[in-house]
Amino acid sequence: MVESSTAIAKVNGELLRKVPKDLFIPPDALSVFLDAFEGPLDLLLYLIKKQKLDILQLPMQKITAQYMEYVDLMTTLKIELAGEYLVMAALLAEIKSRLLLPKLVMAEEELDDPRLVLIRQLQEYEIFKNAAEDLDKQPRIQRDIFVANAELPENIITTPLLAEVSLRDLAYNLQKLLKKAEHFEHHQIQREILTTREKMTHILALLQDGKVRTFHQVIDPAEGRRGIVVSFLAILELLKESLISLIQNNPLGEIYLSLAE
Amino acid sequence: MNTTPYKQIIEAAIFVAKKPLSLAALCRDVLADEGLTRQQVSAYIAEITTDYQGKGVELVEVASGYRFQARSHLSPWLQRMLQDKPAKYSRATLETLALIAYRQPVSRGDIEAVRGVAVSSQTIHTLEEREWIKVIGRKEVPGRPALYATTTQFLDYFGIKSIQELPPLDEALLAKLAAMDDEIVLDI
Repeated sequence: MVESSTAIAKVNGELLRKVPKDLFIPPDALSVFLDAFEGPLDLLLYLIKKQKLDILQLPMQKITAQYMEYVDLMTTLKIELAGEYLVMAALLAEIKSRLLLPKLVMAEEELDDPRLVLIRQLQEYEIFKNAAEDLDKQPRIQRDIFVANAELPENIITTPLLAEVSLRDLAYNLQKLLKKAEHFEHHQIQREILTTREKMTHILALLQDGKVRTFHQVIDPAEGRRGIVVSFLAILELLKESLISLIQNNPLGEIYLSLAE
Repeated sequence: MNTTPYKQIIEAAIFVAKKPLSLAALCRDVLADEGLTRQQVSAYIAEITTDYQGKGVELVEVASGYRFQARSHLSPWLQRMLQDKPAKYSRATLETLALIAYRQPVSRGDIEAVRGVAVSSQTIHTLEEREWIKVIGRKEVPGRPALYATTTQFLDYFGIKSIQELPPLDEALLAKLAAMDDEIVLDI
């Protein structure tokens, strides 16, 4: 009602920030955007902006009165009102009452002047409110950015990547096998004496079906230390003669044997 | 003269990769044992970028690597093709995300202090689910609240390489805020 009396004085549409003309929105419309407020700071900022007021000059009486109007309206329209709105209402009332009291010139009191704190909070909120709006405008996937993709050709075969097998890896694998063989030693297996050439034939025959075998499948730890060494030499020999190829997918990974292409 | 079509390999690899392909991944996986230096691969990428001038798609670099994407001026038409409307985010989500992006690492309390309202778990959950934010530590204060930061996926999604490329915060407002802080200090 206080507001309407000032509105009457509004004859010339010129300056005068006092005229809160923009604020007069039919209550129906009001309820529509009440949901749109992101909290008390947002509402306060809206009230300030609507009247083109300077945050720094925050006119307490006026802003408090308007804020209360909105809060009252919100309470009548919605049963549940976020507690934060009421906290802000209390804060505004406190600031207002402080301003009404004569100042006792207490420098210390300035320290946490709630008005300054509120102004600072409003300013900071405004920065991030704007930042959020800018972020929303930032191009993003499926709205502004469309990522291009291609399918793999049909003839693609995902075979293990052919990589050089280092001799160190071979030696490492031999070491592992020899260790394994130790577990069999006490079994006293009567082993046949195998020559390298024989073993080569054996391995080649094994690989003849074109399938890839692991190092461990080709060399049988049960043959004991000597058998493993022979197999190992046979593999090296086959490799040298380009009869087989070795494949390793990753460092220290399993080594595969296959017939040379 | 080497006959391996490196440029084509790089082009195809970036195209078929499901995610942006980094220079490191290109050198390590795709071009393993090809004996190319990173500089050479970069040069091929630059060539591809030039080759695509005037085409509907372009090669761009985002936070986690390279990807092909439709040129931005074609978006209005491409949008028609989509059945679902692109996701719209609430102001609460956007403001929370903005605070995490510009102020990271931040705790929930830090966000609430600026926004003046409680941050709903739903908002945080949505952002985490989209893999835009993640917990990168805990604040050493009572309750040890989680500290949030943005992810590379967040940068990829917005098509940028680093946080620096985000729209800058309002300079004028920041200056006002700084002046305000000075004033408060002076009062003391």
